[in-house]
Amino acid sequence: MGESIIAFLETWSPIDIVLIAQNFDRFLWGALVTLQLTVISLVVGGLLSIPLAIIRSGNNPFLNAPVWAFTYLFRGTPLLVQTYLIYYGLGQFEWVRQTALWEPILSQAWWCALIAFSLNTAAYTTELLRGSIITTSKGEVEAAKACGLGKWMRFRRIVLPSAFRRALPAYSNEVIFMLHGSVVASTITIQDLLGVGRWLNGRYYLAYEGFITAAVMYLIIVLLVSRGFRLWEKHWLKHLYPLDAVEARPKKGLASFRV
Amino acid sequence: MKFKKLATTLGAFALMLGLAGNSLAADLRVGVEGAYPPFSWKESDGTLKGFDIEIAEAICTELKRKCVLIEQDWDGMIPALLARKFDVIIASMSITEERKKRVDFSDKYYNTPAKFVAKKGSGLVISKAGLKGKRVGLQRGTTHQCFMEKMYPDVELVLYGGQDEVFQDLAIGRIDAQFSDSIAADEGFLKTDAGKDFEFTGGDQHDEACHGPGAGITVRKGDSALRDQVNAAIKTIRDNGVYQKINAKYFEFDIFGG
Repeated sequence: MGESIIAFLETWSPIDIVLIAQNFDRFLWGALVTLQLTVISLVVGGLLSIPLAIIRSGNNPFLNAPVWAFTYLFRGTPLLVQTYLIYYGLGQFEWVRQTALWEPILSQAWWCALIAFSLNTAAYTTELLRGSIITTSKGEVEAAKACGLGKWMRFRRIVLPSAFRRALPAYSNEVIFMLHGSVVASTITIQDLLGVGRWLNGRYYLAYEGFITAAVMYLIIVLLVSRGFRLWEKHWLKHLYPLDAVEARPKKGLASFRV
Repeated sequence: MKFKKLATTLGAFALMLGLAGNSLAADLRVGVEGAYPPFSWKESDGTLKGFDIEIAEAICTELKRKCVLIEQDWDGMIPALLARKFDVIIASMSITEERKKRVDFSDKYYNTPAKFVAKKGSGLVISKAGLKGKRVGLQRGTTHQCFMEKMYPDVELVLYGGQDEVFQDLAIGRIDAQFSDSIAADEGFLKTDAGKDFEFTGGDQHDEACHGPGAGITVRKGDSALRDQVNAAIKTIRDNGVYQKINAKYFEFDIFGG
């Protein structure tokens, strides 16, 4: 029975499904590497971006200028170039290879990718959060002042929570961009999801099979991410919607199909 | 009225395509790599040089067709041929059974052995036990990938898009060894400044199923008229001394092989 299914697929399928199935564990490992790099760099970049965004939204020129330079540098150059600079560029210098950082971190492709991705997403998230912070409603800030909250307390209790919530929809885009940007890892020898697709192409000279499998897996991950964010938004941004919008929306036909 | 206009535009477009198709038929579009010295590399002014490039020109001269060299990254080479981006590949592509499932090959135009390269005095032993867990770099989509996965499954393979990147990472110690064609390693790395502390280790490696009889010129499946012409051209340049002249510019011995 199993053999006849395989024989059937080998004869009739336009793509080599059997080969994909045989190497499916590699694709799962690749997806894991992709997720690992994306999630860790989002966490590191996200944490970095909070103090940077606070600085950027303030008006201290000595702090503001370097942070502006950082975000301009990392938003103004392609992620691929940043990754190459860290992986191939730094390795070129003898003195870099003499430092204690070389052996455990900079000589490893995985770490180089993580550093590049974290700094890149930190730059984008900083600007995103800054926009969200400076558009905090004046009324909320004034009310906090009237209640006698100090500057830092105001930030912690009023401005930041509100800014995070309002940044959520834009941040879901950043997450998806980072996931897609992580394909850069495959150019510096990392076997991420795209790397496995390229491996399959290199081994069997089948471009379609490797890349379509990777594409479908990226689609699935993006679906889960955007679903997750929609649930989050429903919860955290409830106060911004009209009162009856969340529960009372009629769900009929295609209109109800939202990701 | 609108439709008529559209039809005229389409017609003009089709005519243009037709003309383009005709003019291309006279040229031979050759897929080359440009990142694999001494077989092919790119000068700083953008011109392509190397053994493969000169062989391509010699073959075109024999076929009395103009060569149009089209650069292509290695791992997209066969897909690009199949997508008709070019008509033949002349890029040191080894004739293997796996590739023959997708494309056809001419007779070989050279055959050189594959070897490992490691740091001088590294003490690396080329055996299943000696290589176990070592990081060995090679170019993705080559016969060497096939060889390593078959013969040394316990090796940690590090796959690169281009051979130049493999040498770069070997030089700065990111990988313990690299595995490639011996001539490419010798000319492209060992004889350069970056490769002066490195050496061949473990002698010639060969697996008939993976490596095949040598490098051939690749055509699309069923393009047998072109393949026969190319075969005849290879034979002619071997007989009339053109091949030997090109060979002598790059190598001290005859790389055609036995």
